[in-house]
Amino acid sequence: MSQTVTTLDVNTAPDGGHGTDYIRAQSGIMSWLTTVDHKRIGLMYLISTFIAFAMGGVFALILRLELLTPKQTIMSANTYNQMFTLHGAVMTFLFIIPSIPGALGNFLLPIMIGAKDVAFPKLNLLSLYLYWIGALFTLSSLITGGIDTGWTFYVPYSSTVTTTSVLSVTFGVFILGFSSVLTGLNFIVTMHKLRAPGMGWYKMPLMLWAIYATSIVQILATPVLGITLLLLIAERAFHIGIFDPALGGDPVLYQHFFWFYSHPAVYIMILPGMGIINELISVHARRRIFGYKAIAFSSVAIALVGFLVWGHHMFTSGQSEFAAIMFSFLTFLVAIPSGVKVFNWIATLWRGSISYSAPMLYALSFLILFSIGGLTGIFLGMLSVDLHLHDTYFVVAHFHYVMVGGTVIAYIGGLHHWWPKITGKMYSERLATISCALVFIGFNVTFFSQFIMGSRGMPRRYYNYLDQFQPLHAFSTVGSWILGLGFLVMIICFIKSLRSGAPAPANPWGGLSLEWTTASPPITENFVRTPIVTKGAYDFNTENA
Amino acid sequence: MKNPIELGSFWLPRQGSTLAERIDSAWAAAYWVSVLFFILVAGATVLFAIKYKRRSERDKTSPIDHSTTVEVVWTLIPLAIVISLFFVGMRGYVHASVAPAEAYEINATGEMYLWTFTYPDGTTTVNELAVPRGRPVRIILSSKDILHAFFIPEFRVKQDVVPGSYTSVWFEATEARETVLLCAEYCGSGHSDMMATVKVLEPSDFDKWLEGNNNSDLPPEELGKLLFAKRSCATCHSLDGTRIQGPSLKAVFGREEELADGAKVVVDENYIRESLFNPGGQVVRGYPPVMPSFKGLLKDKEVDALIAYLKTVK
Ligand code: HEM
Ligand SMILES: [Cu+2]
Repeated sequence: MSQTVTTLDVNTAPDGGHGTDYIRAQSGIMSWLTTVDHKRIGLMYLISTFIAFAMGGVFALILRLELLTPKQTIMSANTYNQMFTLHGAVMTFLFIIPSIPGALGNFLLPIMIGAKDVAFPKLNLLSLYLYWIGALFTLSSLITGGIDTGWTFYVPYSSTVTTTSVLSVTFGVFILGFSSVLTGLNFIVTMHKLRAPGMGWYKMPLMLWAIYATSIVQILATPVLGITLLLLIAERAFHIGIFDPALGGDPVLYQHFFWFYSHPAVYIMILPGMGIINELISVHARRRIFGYKAIAFSSVAIALVGFLVWGHHMFTSGQSEFAAIMFSFLTFLVAIPSGVKVFNWIATLWRGSISYSAPMLYALSFLILFSIGGLTGIFLGMLSVDLHLHDTYFVVAHFHYVMVGGTVIAYIGGLHHWWPKITGKMYSERLATISCALVFIGFNVTFFSQFIMGSRGMPRRYYNYLDQFQPLHAFSTVGSWILGLGFLVMIICFIKSLRSGAPAPANPWGGLSLEWTTASPPITENFVRTPIVTKGAYDFNTENA
Repeated sequence: MKNPIELGSFWLPRQGSTLAERIDSAWAAAYWVSVLFFILVAGATVLFAIKYKRRSERDKTSPIDHSTTVEVVWTLIPLAIVISLFFVGMRGYVHASVAPAEAYEINATGEMYLWTFTYPDGTTTVNELAVPRGRPVRIILSSKDILHAFFIPEFRVKQDVVPGSYTSVWFEATEARETVLLCAEYCGSGHSDMMATVKVLEPSDFDKWLEGNNNSDLPPEELGKLLFAKRSCATCHSLDGTRIQGPSLKAVFGREEELADGAKVVVDENYIRESLFNPGGQVVRGYPPVMPSFKGLLKDKEVDALIAYLKTVK
């Protein structure tokens, strides 16, 4: 009686002349490489970005190991510098920006709006190829001498001093940008054109609002990064003198260009994570989401106003005082919608029926970790306090709380949530719970100590450090091992599920959005018959209903 | 420098300047707001997770899915709080941006990987910044190569050093003691070693220091040894054969070196002088050309002294 669509029973029939599930529909490696099925493309994104995450993670563990002692521990300063650059670049450009839109976005978006595929399936495959090509260029630096500029590629170090392979990496990131823009474009058109009958904008799951907002940012901001990188490449190769003061250029200009993209890019990273949290919390608390419209509009507001705050990365750069003051003010304004979302999620928990399944445990972790990430942002937004904290480990801790404690935790929670749908297998709740606990503890040990180091004056990107910071650094390093173990257990849990997990029902959690009305895993065309939407995604059975 | 950043509280270094107090009170405001909201958010999360734990598959849940009043309230209260925090931060920032007119001015130059300070009377020092206590000091910053950042944690000052333009910071040190200046903007392989000692001296000691730094009647070898330490040669050159950024200077005098272009050269007085004033000219094979020039920073007498000293390093 409370189902979203009328075609439920038909759609769960795995076969019966309507085609087999998307994984077994065709076989052979070529069937994957030439597929235009958004689910297969999503799955390939999932695997590719996970490899990137594993690489970035191994780099991180090695970095932390080096930082166990103040002077050299296992590698030289130059190797360390290349290592943190690749860690940052891989995590940012190869993992966190493409992962949620590429994997979960691709897999879920069409199903959640009741469509057969995205609007431009071939363009979607092209995005994936561009991702791979960009990744190859970026990673080629591993064998051609590394890159040691930091993922921000600040000039003039990157353009005139370093002898490492800046060109291949920046060119790789340039290509990755195209992949990102095309995905965003595809999603926006898909959402405008292909929603199933009855699915008004306000009936869409909030995950999709978040992806919509993300796509806007991808389309508007990424080209600026592309142009900036081209200028940097030209500067390095031909000394054209835009950024190099020796030729009359301005190095601070580069920072404006860079952050004009990269601040909005932070929202490309966090918005999809926020989107996932809506689904996790409402479904696993079986509760109508609180403040649907506030959440939906705040995503769009964050995306748009987020374009006006890039200067808060440059409070000590020598930009004008007036500019710094305006940027600080706008930064506080854009923080409010994020805060409001947190309150909405907590209100959704209130009088819910909260299951302690892994997705919910991750969502609860998210609420706590993301709050710490957000609240410490207040310190950095306050101009005078940032004079002390800028470029210290306080910043490192802050953005890891937002990116890892926020986005990555949400993403992993989402993976558990949709795992049965994607693979058709259940995972072990026991292993998932253990890994969630290890990740939560390990994460806090690793990064909370960094807030303390940073406020006490430990600068970031330091290979050697003052003896007095050793105890905190060692603590953080031990934390990274716990965290790494947590991720390892998670991977074991997923592999075990693939090999011996129980078959998943169509709707293991009792969710109401469309993806739960089709078979697990879905058939190639997603639905046997186009679903007709009659209810919202969060109209859970309630006490008065 | 065993413990160069001394702690003032659990979170922050000791307050070494008048700015520190202001910034720390702004920090405290942010801190208590954060603690309060964290307790609220984490507390509610944990409480609800326990209280509303699923008991049966047929649990009924609340039908309330919005409340305009609640949403307006929880938007406006945080908004008011963050706007007040913005003003607190802005006031401290404006104060930190405008140096008092009577401030004592010192020029500081950053380069890979050392700091040079020039005082109004022409005295220059490397990696040693001495300032008088109780008097506003304005540091005018410039860079010889790339971006660096001038950061003294105990003073709570930080400012990027940008090639091609001048930036500045000011502070008034409150205690006669030593602390550390760090580079906070990534600048390559020696970034984390780009440090200087900051000496806050009583005004009378400061005057003596200035005088004493201008000349010296030490014998050449000893002056050379002093300069070797003070000019931070040891950041890149060891005296015991270990390889760091540059070649070790153990028994360097009279040694034959192979240069980057393959030529051979015997280290003599002229080669040392050339290396000091035009370090890019004859670079020893296998080392990056990163040594800064000491042109204008070392007087002839000081060069002689350094040569005399290097002759003694066997
Ligand atoms: C999983 C455990 C992780 C650990 C232990 C870790 C550790 C580190 C360390 C030690 C640094 C160098 C800090 C410095 O000296 O400035 C760093 C930098 C960074 N990390 Fe992570 N990290 C982790 C995950 C991530 C993830 C998932 C992201 C995704 C966004 C990420 C993004 C970055 C970025 C952008 C930098 C800055 C690199 C730079 O300064 O150029 N990290 N991380
Ligand atoms: Cu530096």
